[in-house]
Amino acid sequence: MAKTDFDIKYVANLARIALTPDEEARLGSQLDDILGYVKKLEELDVTGVEPMAHAVPLANVLRDDEVRPSIPQEAALANAPKQANGLFIVPKIVE
Amino acid sequence: MLHELTLSGLTAKLAAKEVSSRDAMQSCLDRIDAVDGQVNAFMSLDRDDALVQADAADAALAKGNTHAAQPLLGVPISLKDLFCAKGQPANCSSKILGDFRSPYDGTVVRKLRDAGAVLFGRLNMDEFAMGSSTENSAFGRSNNPWDLERVPGGSSGGCAAAVAAQECFASIGTDTGGSIRQPAALCGCVGLKPTYGRVSRFGVVAFASSLDQVGPLTKDVRDSATLLGAMSGHDPHDSTSVPADVPDYVAELGGDLKGTKLGLPREFLIDGIDPEVRAAFDAAVKQCESLGAEIHEVSMPHTEYGVATYYIVATAEASANLARFDGIRYGDRVDGDDPFSLYCNTRGHGFGEEVKRRIILGTYVLSSGYYDAYYLRAQKARTLIKRDFEQAFETVDALITPTVPAPAFKAGEKMDDPLQMYLSDIFTISCNLAGTCGISLPCGFTSKPKLPIGLQFLGKPFGESELMQIAHAYEQATPWHTERAAF
Repeated sequence: MAKTDFDIKYVANLARIALTPDEEARLGSQLDDILGYVKKLEELDVTGVEPMAHAVPLANVLRDDEVRPSIPQEAALANAPKQANGLFIVPKIVE
Repeated sequence: MLHELTLSGLTAKLAAKEVSSRDAMQSCLDRIDAVDGQVNAFMSLDRDDALVQADAADAALAKGNTHAAQPLLGVPISLKDLFCAKGQPANCSSKILGDFRSPYDGTVVRKLRDAGAVLFGRLNMDEFAMGSSTENSAFGRSNNPWDLERVPGGSSGGCAAAVAAQECFASIGTDTGGSIRQPAALCGCVGLKPTYGRVSRFGVVAFASSLDQVGPLTKDVRDSATLLGAMSGHDPHDSTSVPADVPDYVAELGGDLKGTKLGLPREFLIDGIDPEVRAAFDAAVKQCESLGAEIHEVSMPHTEYGVATYYIVATAEASANLARFDGIRYGDRVDGDDPFSLYCNTRGHGFGEEVKRRIILGTYVLSSGYYDAYYLRAQKARTLIKRDFEQAFETVDALITPTVPAPAFKAGEKMDDPLQMYLSDIFTISCNLAGTCGISLPCGFTSKPKLPIGLQFLGKPFGESELMQIAHAYEQATPWHTERAAF
């Protein structure tokens, strides 16, 4: 199988997932195998083939822009890990 | 015993006032108490809420409401752990959602309630629907009622196990690459994956948005027809749901197979199919022929690219969909000094290994420099796979295939080799990529141990009615759907 230049640390960081060194080693080698397998698609001649994002070609589904009821603020906040004053609490972003 | 009835068997008794919805609900709860310690299908169960709903259904029946208007009136139905039902958990068998409670009813839940169903219980699944065995559940796997050492399939494995163990009259799952049909096959029940766009996805936690579809797992084809009718239809909350009329699926059952053209895709009949599965499949093809069907060999030349295409498209979409689990608005949070480390810690701690593997793969195939080589190429391969279906359906009414190449495997057998696990979806995956409909139903058993074998029919887009007519005709001519796992 062709080796890929897959860098597990870099991609896990892009995906915002902290991995233990053990996970890095295991997932890295498994993903290398999987990427080796999906390289099978290189055998296909896709010249002139349109890419397909969706099975059903529905485009620009619009509705009237009107005010409609939504869930109340308390319900929207009910599952928050931290909240106060009707707001989600997050770590400081700006120094 | 009440829990042994099919859904249609129960509604007949409810309509005749021979039993109450409370009796039916209580019989499920008693059955769960008796067997779920071994099966482990239910993740959570709100008994009081279930009985309150059953009492409300009994009141409606007493008032004169009918099953003609509400086809599921009083019927206990359980849900995969990813449907939003107001006030109830939707954990997706993941740790990351913590003690999440849905703030609203999704469309499928609302439609089932409107049809009179008593919705109870959250069924085990592979975490975020990623897997083929329920072994990726953060809360332990479910066990196959036919052999508790074996997996029930996945990702809707809890759904299939609960129906096979007769802990509910039917369950509702989702199918992204075979997640309804594969567990249905391994547990010996009927599993239907509708055409993409047939059923709304609003209020269903998303895995791969262009592939996910909601469908029923039931004891027979008629019950699937009843449930599909209740769940289908256009929904303004899901822009990908299709504004097409919903036929009366139950009324249209009952035809025979005379003149039906069934396609046998030669690329599906590969080496490596378990010999007993192959023998049962060949017998099913012969049975269909003896019922009047014409069998035509067809070619689906891009079948062998299905799994590779799927694992690029599905993981790419998952990496975007699962970005929402960030520890800010819901679910468990693992703190960090800044938002970046909070995200990394929360997701590193909260997601299980398969989910991490797929998010990372999906992130990679979408990342700068690799998008064209992986994602764009996979989208083009998807077009070729869809064309295979379009060409086959020019000459045949439906395809007939095995659902899975082998019967239920032993727990732990494939956990160290994700690629082998992925390949167990080889016959179910292309249907999702093409966006068409498919159904799995029992077509026999292996001898030692006795394990169910699944037969799959794949139909034309929005051809569920014809698909179920074909499946029903086969089912009614065979004894397999009447067999139950012994406890």
